[in-house]
Amino acid sequence: MATQKTEGRPHTAALSAEPAIELVGISKAFGPVQANKDISIRVMPGTIHGIIGENGAGKSTLMSILYGFYKADAGEVFIRGQKTEIPDSQAAIAAGIGMVFQHFKLVENFSVLENVVLGAESGARLMPSLSKARKLLIELAREYELNVDPDALIEDIGVGMQQRVEILKALYRQADILILDEPTGVLTPAEADHLFRILEGLKAQGKTIILITHKLREIMEVTDTVSVMRRGEMTATVKTAETSPEQLAELMVGRKVLLRVDKKPAQPAATVLDVQNLSVTDEDGVQRLKDISLNVRAGEILGIAGVAGNGQSELLNVLGGIMPGTGRVELNGESIDLTGKFSDGQSRRERGIAHVPEDRQRLGLIMDFAAWENTIFGYHHDPAYQRSSLFMNNDAIRAETALKMQRFDVRPPDPQLKAKSFSGGNQQKIVLAREIERNPDLLLVGQPTRGVDIGAIEFIHQQIVALRDQGKAILLVSVELDEIMSLSDRIAVMFDGHIMGERLPSETDEKELGMMMAGMGEGA
Amino acid sequence: MDYQVILQILDSTLRLATPLLLACLAGLFSERAGIFDIGLEGKMLIAAFFSAAIAATTGSVWIGLFAGISASVALAMLHGLASITFRGDQLISGVAINFLAAGLTVLISEDWFQQGGRTPQLAGAARFNPIDLPFADTFSVVPILGPIYKEVISGHTILVYAALLAVPLTWYVLFRTRFGLRLRAVGENPGAVDTAGISVTRLRYTAVVICGILCGLAGAYLATGFAAGFVKEMSAGRGFIALAALIFAKWRPWQALGATLLFGLLDALGTRYQNIEVIGFNVPVQFMQALPYILTVVILAGFVGKAIPPRAGGAPYVKER
Amino acid sequence: MDTLPRWADVILIPVINLVLALLVSGLVVLYIGENPIEAIKILLNGAIGSTRGWGYTLYFATNFIFTGLAVSIAFHARLFNIGGEGQAAIGGLGVALVSLSINWPHWAVALPFAIIGGAVFGAAWAAIPAYLQARRGSHIVITTIMFNFIASALLVYLLVNVMKVPGSMAPETAAFPKGTNLPNAYQVLGWFGIPFNKFAPLNIAFLLALVCCVGVWALIWRTRLGYQLRAYGHSESAAVYAGISPFRITMIAMLISGGLAGLMGINAVMGEAERLVIDSVQGAGFVGIAVALMGRSHPLGVFLAAVLFGILTQGGIELEFEIPAVSREMILVIQALVILFTGALENMVRAPVERLFQRRKKRSS
Repeated sequence: MATQKTEGRPHTAALSAEPAIELVGISKAFGPVQANKDISIRVMPGTIHGIIGENGAGKSTLMSILYGFYKADAGEVFIRGQKTEIPDSQAAIAAGIGMVFQHFKLVENFSVLENVVLGAESGARLMPSLSKARKLLIELAREYELNVDPDALIEDIGVGMQQRVEILKALYRQADILILDEPTGVLTPAEADHLFRILEGLKAQGKTIILITHKLREIMEVTDTVSVMRRGEMTATVKTAETSPEQLAELMVGRKVLLRVDKKPAQPAATVLDVQNLSVTDEDGVQRLKDISLNVRAGEILGIAGVAGNGQSELLNVLGGIMPGTGRVELNGESIDLTGKFSDGQSRRERGIAHVPEDRQRLGLIMDFAAWENTIFGYHHDPAYQRSSLFMNNDAIRAETALKMQRFDVRPPDPQLKAKSFSGGNQQKIVLAREIERNPDLLLVGQPTRGVDIGAIEFIHQQIVALRDQGKAILLVSVELDEIMSLSDRIAVMFDGHIMGERLPSETDEKELGMMMAGMGEGA
Repeated sequence: MDYQVILQILDSTLRLATPLLLACLAGLFSERAGIFDIGLEGKMLIAAFFSAAIAATTGSVWIGLFAGISASVALAMLHGLASITFRGDQLISGVAINFLAAGLTVLISEDWFQQGGRTPQLAGAARFNPIDLPFADTFSVVPILGPIYKEVISGHTILVYAALLAVPLTWYVLFRTRFGLRLRAVGENPGAVDTAGISVTRLRYTAVVICGILCGLAGAYLATGFAAGFVKEMSAGRGFIALAALIFAKWRPWQALGATLLFGLLDALGTRYQNIEVIGFNVPVQFMQALPYILTVVILAGFVGKAIPPRAGGAPYVKER
Repeated sequence: MDTLPRWADVILIPVINLVLALLVSGLVVLYIGENPIEAIKILLNGAIGSTRGWGYTLYFATNFIFTGLAVSIAFHARLFNIGGEGQAAIGGLGVALVSLSINWPHWAVALPFAIIGGAVFGAAWAAIPAYLQARRGSHIVITTIMFNFIASALLVYLLVNVMKVPGSMAPETAAFPKGTNLPNAYQVLGWFGIPFNKFAPLNIAFLLALVCCVGVWALIWRTRLGYQLRAYGHSESAAVYAGISPFRITMIAMLISGGLAGLMGINAVMGEAERLVIDSVQGAGFVGIAVALMGRSHPLGVFLAAVLFGILTQGGIELEFEIPAVSREMILVIQALVILFTGALENMVRAPVERLFQRRKKRSS
């Protein structure tokens, strides 16, 4: 280990063979959960180093330790060869580390300039700090092609621009190691490409970049080296040029990945859901759905592909009765109320629409309710659950829950346990059990396997396909292209609130869908 | 109403607005930093008692003022402990502090003075006495403005001027200093402050202590400037009116001055007239007393502009990615 | 994950909180120069040492049950109703209006109407803050505080200008007709041949309070409405997903809350004062907050906490009588400390207890 102090900051990779960052034996536990187990990694200066892994693999925890957000239980951090203690974010900033969090850390009603200056002011008086920063900010923006308006308020600019502000914040603090946590999750493909160009530019200037992601495509596209994490452990570090997506996928999940779900060809029957010219405008007055038309037939799965934030959530929400919309939606030939008295979740369920929401913790479950209370959530008006016109039949509900938990292999099968005590996969099974067992005509499913462990993923996929084979219509929304490709009988691609087009899985590939998701294609 | 009466009403408006203004600015610092404070009332009350009690025993109003501020800051620290360190419910903590002050002040004053929850009457150096501003008499011959200067502006205790001075000072601190930028940021998004390498805890405690100091001034003014001694429950809901004024002012210093002067005027009118005739209607004094509260509800209802509180207000900061 | 066994959560922690509050209060008594043990003896003796003591203790407890349940039910929908004081005052007005409206033949006839009067008036006073919260997002804590002050001003106005007995100086209504006077504990127990203090204010409103406890329990844990109310309280977004209307739940929770607070008038106005006086609530609305927090918003807990505060209130009055240096404001201090320890500083107590249990669990496994 080189312990010699490096004078000045290395500006080109070639000058120094010493790693920009070296982590040795990092461990971190949250209660009983071991988030990081004895992790060691070396990141060379002037490179883009990817860290890939499934949700919950411990990537973000590792980087939060590096940024002083969490304290490691064991292990050492070396920065440019120097052993460094990072007790808080201030120490990380002082060590030249900048971090762009998945959820931006910006003050919404502050200007870009104020956000950049916050915490890095040059004196007690604000105005001199701001005018000094303005000059520097304009220089930085020019140097790295990160154009922003210093006086714009954060709440008035888009997410792509906000992300640039985050990068500028780091650069303003003279960071030469930049960590980005799932930076493309909220970006359109065009914005993501722009980000990657920026990252290339930063690399050319000698900056070291760590890119955390769960998307193989991004790793292959921009990184020089990639480390793979699985269940809190670092399973491999390889040169990107010397690996393949298949190999990385295998390293991520620990075994060969089943890329296709076993299923018979669909036998679609009559149209169940017919959507005509559906539009949705959210509370902020932004139009999220623009004149969408689609249909789902009985016995088929229509998959909606797209980058997060292109209107898929709103489509699910308006069909599920959570949001109002305009246009015409028919279920089994009868129209559905989109704005009036019957445009709520209750009325939708009565019409035979079940909804597995994208965010089970915020929408699908009451985390502080017991499992048995959650298995009737939304269906609590069902006469089967009532003892009399006034009282509920809690004993019957508990008994039914125990059976459902058995059928859906929920572990542990204890109806009295609170929802928050179950793992992500088991929580999702509780939601699925509730929605699927209602025998709906139409099932809306959003991100069915987000944050779910591999074992549960296959089970959940099987359940969805089984429901299809019973002749039900299924509308599936997922940002995981693999999932869409393997489950869907038809695929519609959404971009910017439009449907870009429909494809059959057998007649398309990821490349074509990717182009459509980026807004290129036949258009709406 | 003749001119003299108007001057008298304006004069008492200023005196009545002073404790409201100080408490309102106190709340402004705390809430701008994301700590809701419905315990302004309690802090004022305890400061009123300790300033009067210590002034009475030492004979010095300045020592009394210091004691009052210390007591108020102690309760502010308790609020900080509950809402910052232990991440408790800020509203519940505020409620508790109000009761604590209401109980302790009477208990201790009974123990010290046995006068039914009062302190002895303060006089001389144990009170803040009116200050005549220079040339008050000289200028008084100038028509219109002269009497305003003499009757309304001059002749108040130093705490009234301190309160007025606190307005531009608060504005400057909040919008023209590094501390102010960070304070406003921590009330909007503590995550941004934390990741920028600044301690959320220290910032919020600082804000809470400033709040305690200003509430201390407000309470001390009540017992040693406005009145001549402490009486049980003497804050009489002023902490809540200050809270109302804070919402009315949308958490801004200059507007806080406007709101507290308005509420002070209502109070002054209500004290002077038992009934007021407004275009043929007889407005009862109780209505005047309730008007600040009614106005606040109207403001909160968003019928007259929307009052948007600091976004992170009321929520303890928990680190998350 | 549930780190604490249930018994620790519902019994141990409240008891620790109470002990802490009493310890600090004991220190205050010590500071005043009195003997805290002696003080507690006097307090307990005054509160539960005689049927007279019990008669007052349970009378106060009745008030606190109503206001405690009011705060609790709003808590379940995650609404902090600080307006119990005002709602109880306006509820008292409703009870008074009903009681004075006609010459009632018998209390049993008058009581149902008075209950409706108190509940409707209390609910109405809660309705405006509830509506503003549900439709306009106005913070209910602030609006209910404001409504306390508005209620107080309104009652002063009415009692001074409108409802006062002509010619009288006292700002209070005429005494209610005889046919509205509720039987007190002396009478009711007398029916069963049980002797009781003749002048203690405990009356049949206590039974109404017990009925309300059972009713609220059933409502929250046994009915659909209660299910929806709790669901909404835990997660508004999930409630909307399930088709539960936030507007409807907010309104219903606050109306029930205000109604329960309003029922306090049955006890304090109809049962005890037998006329409407200025400030008939006497801070009971605020005590309800402490009672609800301490009772963990569970009706049984509320009942126990209300009796506890009844003991403290009545004992505090006796204490002041015996030891004038310890004034009845002592009870305010205890109340404040209970709110502080059970509400705001909960984590201070809970975290060490949780750690203790975790360590024990680890050792045993």
